[in-house]
Amino acid sequence: MRLKFSALMLGAAMALVATAADARAVKWARAADALTLDPHGQNEGPTIAFNGQVYEALITRDNANKLVPALATSWKLVDPTTWEFKLRQNVKFHNGDAFTADDVVFSFQRALQPTSDYKGYLANTKEVVKVDDHTVQLKTNGPNPLVADNLTTVYIMSKKWAEANNATKPQDFKNKEENFAVRNANGTGPFVLVSREPDVKTVVKRNDAYWGRGEAPLEITELTLTTIKQDATRVAALLSGEVDVVQDVPVQDIERLKSSPNLRVTEGPENRSIFFGFDVGSKELASSDVKGKNPFADVRVRQAVNVAINRQAIQRVVMRGQSVPAGSIVGPFVNGYKKEYDNVGQPDVGKAKGLLAAAGYPNGFSVSLHCPNDRYLNDEAICQASVGMLGQIGIKLNLLSQSKSLHFPALQNLKSDFYLLGWGVPTYDSDYIFSYLYHTREGTRGGWNATRYSNPEADKLIQSLSNETDLPKRNATITQIWDKLLADQVYVAIHHQMLAHAMKNDINVPVRPDNIIFFKDVAFKKS
Amino acid sequence: MIAYTLRSLAQAVMVMLAVALLAFSMFRFVGDPVANMVGQEASLKERAELAERLGLNDPFPIQFANFVRDMTRGEFGMSYRQGRPVADLLRERVPATVELAFLSSLFALVFGIALGVYTAINRRGILANAVMSLSLVGVSLPTFLIGIGLIYLFAVELRWLPSFGRGDVVRLGWWSTGLLTETGRKSLIMPVLTLGFFQLTLIMRLVRAEMLEAMRTDYIKFARARGIPERSISFRHALRNTMIPVITIAGLQFGSVIAFAIVTETVFQWPGLGALFVQAVQFVDIPVMAAYLMFVALVFAVVNLAVDLLYFAVDPRLRGTTAAAK
Repeated sequence: MRLKFSALMLGAAMALVATAADARAVKWARAADALTLDPHGQNEGPTIAFNGQVYEALITRDNANKLVPALATSWKLVDPTTWEFKLRQNVKFHNGDAFTADDVVFSFQRALQPTSDYKGYLANTKEVVKVDDHTVQLKTNGPNPLVADNLTTVYIMSKKWAEANNATKPQDFKNKEENFAVRNANGTGPFVLVSREPDVKTVVKRNDAYWGRGEAPLEITELTLTTIKQDATRVAALLSGEVDVVQDVPVQDIERLKSSPNLRVTEGPENRSIFFGFDVGSKELASSDVKGKNPFADVRVRQAVNVAINRQAIQRVVMRGQSVPAGSIVGPFVNGYKKEYDNVGQPDVGKAKGLLAAAGYPNGFSVSLHCPNDRYLNDEAICQASVGMLGQIGIKLNLLSQSKSLHFPALQNLKSDFYLLGWGVPTYDSDYIFSYLYHTREGTRGGWNATRYSNPEADKLIQSLSNETDLPKRNATITQIWDKLLADQVYVAIHHQMLAHAMKNDINVPVRPDNIIFFKDVAFKKS
Repeated sequence: MIAYTLRSLAQAVMVMLAVALLAFSMFRFVGDPVANMVGQEASLKERAELAERLGLNDPFPIQFANFVRDMTRGEFGMSYRQGRPVADLLRERVPATVELAFLSSLFALVFGIALGVYTAINRRGILANAVMSLSLVGVSLPTFLIGIGLIYLFAVELRWLPSFGRGDVVRLGWWSTGLLTETGRKSLIMPVLTLGFFQLTLIMRLVRAEMLEAMRTDYIKFARARGIPERSISFRHALRNTMIPVITIAGLQFGSVIAFAIVTETVFQWPGLGALFVQAVQFVDIPVMAAYLMFVALVFAVVNLAVDLLYFAVDPRLRGTTAAAK
């Protein structure tokens, strides 16, 4: 077999680079594909981001994180436990079905099915009622101020279509057959599904009958999502012109891409914070050489760690500038954040050693650090840097770096003494952080609180937030809770993560904190 | 020979059962699939319910028995990650990997044998030595690095070839092939080179060593004395007798081609079984992992059986004795 390297260039694809057309096809590359096209099937980032091109929710967030109307034009509380949504008129699904209140009721009920992954967003819902063709009421068990915030990723399906195709329930893994909605989609969104090859290529085309055609530029005629897992190959594909937009740019390639004349890089903070957690509740740490007591139970030890971590060095060396040093695990976009929470000083080894000595550990101690190696940006490298930093004050770390499939169960099964974790806040409210990370582990709360921290006073205040509809009072309570929790230093925050997207010069895609790109908003720049 | 074939088949089945048992006992250490299947917000209760529904709490013998029973019925279960039947996933991905593995093995065989003979005949030639040195480089550089280097050179700098994917493929029934389209052929070049390079080096050196030895034997000297043309001596006589070790190695190599294909497929985003397996491991998609491991065991068993049967074809001495028990 003779291999002929023909001199034919990939002319057709390369011509895209020089094009100045004002409407064209765009190739979009990500490291991970959408897992399923079923909008209630898998609650994870890339799936939500892709399905958001084809499906829509009642409410969405704009680039300034404000709640804005999508399929609902307005919403209000009619009584403490009832929210009323007025639905947009003259909207059609891609197959021509009209969008009505029936579809909203159906979609919310579907999202509450046992096999749905979106039940959490509709927790506390008593029932969803159709009032008329364009009005829906959602009744909750007890007053709930955050209903609207929770609905931004619960997408609306067509009831008729789902029933006709036997897709009224999200995929049950015990079934032998695949659910029709896994590879087929019918939404109201700006793009219509053309073809789907999971992990290879998914193609959508512009929905010319989209209701928002006047408001959004909608210049992209066809959008192809390709998955390229390997960082180097993904960047190479952008450099060679085979893809137009790369959503996840590895930090070490940002400078290279910025210096390329045909490419643009946009950066921005992500709605996600990275931090360390301690086991503060156990009598003795399983992996430590200290017997009979738990060093992390003493707040001074935790403060020592807080003062010893050199966040600026991590930002400069590990993250290459792509991080925002943080003093608390609540990020700037979240309701309840205050700028002073992020006042981190310079690291102070002397002060840290003093705190440790005061707590009774002048010679430090040893303990294991659990770290994921495939979940957050440079997670393993952050942990490795921390081993050195804490070694300076006498805490000898045994680093256990493993895949997230092993790391997260270790946390959930309370098998870790000291661990790294990242947390995103899809509702943009501190209550989400309190409920999962600080509240005592019981019932539906504290699912990710592997610190064994339990503060009954704080718990009571946290529970009161779910039912407090007086917003100023609620925000005051949130500040009160943060003051308590930050004084206890249960977590040591490292930084808020940043994101970078890279694209061809004629496209300008800003970074959103929720890492979703709304391609309907892309307008090509004329060069 | 029939008895021999039947015995080999029986051995293959035993191998596959052993692989299944080993694979299954390892799965309890790969992590918790439930953690990947539910969102951040899932409560502890929901996680426990899902684990129950997937049968993850059943004792090991029961899980294994269910697995073997399903395998024999041809049911491979549903992928936890995609919610699709694993059999469909395998069927979609097999053509890509088989095409890649087969073409790279062919490339390595043809060029390996040709270069091996050339460097054996022209032992002291400059070109031959250059080829040998380059081959050392090919063996020491990791597959991953060769792949990225090729992408950088041919896709980014020269823009001759695509940097990822399979290009356009033509479906023939349930098979998909990239050989019938231009982008498909272009996409095949770099992955085949990357995957074939280390095999080529191995085969070339093996053929060279065997040829050098064969060329020194008496019957070759007699052939030369008799006036048989040099070309006929090299290829028809000497090479034929070196083929047994080469076939053995090439056959065994095919198995590791499937394994190294994982790296090549990841680098080139080749939609084959290797890439599927890597994703399954990261997601703890146990049904896919189990099916993949069974598939690899099957490939090894079949290839080794084919190699054994090929011995009969190549070596006339084995054909003579009907009760050639091995």
